[in-house]
Amino acid sequence: MTITIPEVSRRFPDSPHGHLEDLRDDPIDLLHRVREECGDIGRFRLADRDVVLVTGAEANEAFFRAPDDILDQAAAYPFMTPIFGKGVVFDTTPEQRQEALKNQALKGEMMRGHAATIENEINRMVAGWGDEGEIDLLDFFAELTIYTTSACLIGKPFREELDGRFAQHYHDLERGTDALAYVDPYMEGVESFRIRDAARLELVALVQAIIDKRHARGKVPREERDLLDVLISLRSEDGSPHFSTDEITGMFISMMFAGHHTSSGTAAWTLIELLRHPDVMVDIVAELDDLYADGPEGRVEVSFQALRSIPRLEAALKETLRLHPPLILLLRVAQTDFEIGGHVLPAGTMVGASPRVSNRIAADFPDPDAFDPGRYLDPNQADLQNRWTWIPFGAGKHRCVGNAFAMMQLKAIFSVLLRDYEFEMSQPSQSYRDDTSKMVIQLERPAKVRYRRRTR
Amino acid sequence: MRALADLELCQGHQSCQFEAPLVFGYDDETDKVTVLDEHPPETERDNLVRAVRYCPAMALGMED
Repeated sequence: MTITIPEVSRRFPDSPHGHLEDLRDDPIDLLHRVREECGDIGRFRLADRDVVLVTGAEANEAFFRAPDDILDQAAAYPFMTPIFGKGVVFDTTPEQRQEALKNQALKGEMMRGHAATIENEINRMVAGWGDEGEIDLLDFFAELTIYTTSACLIGKPFREELDGRFAQHYHDLERGTDALAYVDPYMEGVESFRIRDAARLELVALVQAIIDKRHARGKVPREERDLLDVLISLRSEDGSPHFSTDEITGMFISMMFAGHHTSSGTAAWTLIELLRHPDVMVDIVAELDDLYADGPEGRVEVSFQALRSIPRLEAALKETLRLHPPLILLLRVAQTDFEIGGHVLPAGTMVGASPRVSNRIAADFPDPDAFDPGRYLDPNQADLQNRWTWIPFGAGKHRCVGNAFAMMQLKAIFSVLLRDYEFEMSQPSQSYRDDTSKMVIQLERPAKVRYRRRTR
Repeated sequence: MRALADLELCQGHQSCQFEAPLVFGYDDETDKVTVLDEHPPETERDNLVRAVRYCPAMALGMED
């Protein structure tokens, strides 16, 4: 039935797996070509399945509004299964998500505490910087966001047990997301899969060592406990631990996954775009200097201001997210026959939406490849006016529940960094780019910048 | 001025309770937003604009 939907051309016509090699070689080119060649509803082949790719407001809205029993996420990301481990689901139902949100972590009222935690983590990361030096953006932000996500989502005592090793192994997991997983997530002879599985074992060992310390330490008062204490205290009916270390590690990996490479990459790209656009940088530094100037009641705390409006910085963050969405392809699997744009897709068809393509539709975002934060400054609100095509956080029922947390975190990061330091590129501007060879996109190394403490 | 809420999109973050508490309420049972004042006075405009802009689910809207 889906044969009536046009199929995009192939750059690797001899591949036995449809467009798999196109996706592995240059996914951005493939996704843009689908829209160019096929329009709002096009198709490519991934291993032995059809993937119907929708773009544009109308088709995106139908995609994002579809309930889970029609378009399901769980089976769409087979490359995540070996990372989370068996039994840990990719995502929960909207009802479970809502329940989780209701109970804790990402709720508005928790944000104040998270903002203070994040400010503290940034201060710790720059504490050893000295007056000038050089950092790699991938290394720096990937490590920082390991500490912020673990401290906010799992708990501060757990975070205190982590160091750079956890970030390194976690990065190796993220690198293990080759699209070959659509053929077989455990395919023999794939180096990134071997590294992925070794890294996961290393993480389990690190968590086991932390658990051993907790057992040796014994019980602590309720207010000093974190999620790990709760999980290891749960017992099955026969008295044995309810969760194995492998399962607990899998839960932690999955809890941190959505907030890690996404925030890390966005922070790095924001700094790169600001360095590429000095006029925007100057405006934002002036905005922050103004907000954080000493007032009659002392200086405003970053943790306070990060939860409030910082219009120019927010606009630059949104524009960075539009041009460099951390996830370029969002996938679902049709659970029943699904009608979209006059086509009926049979159950089992994969359906995708692309933030990378929709975010650059020229009719919605004039001069779409230009970095222009003015799109979001009053009276323009390009994100709200295009809520089905401005989709770096997705849209609809599964719109990233962490987006307010993410924006707060980014505002806190740049409040501290730009208040205290100046930056400059250490390499040619166009040499900063993404490595798109895996489904989880990361900045390509080297991505170095120099910093110097500001004198005022 | 009219305040709009899409209950299908609301995720129950309640950030509108902070931005525009006179316009939007929250139903504990359904864990969804409620519109308390569909036609709020002009004095609520800034609050409504902020509630719409910062809704994490992009579930709110306004019309003049």
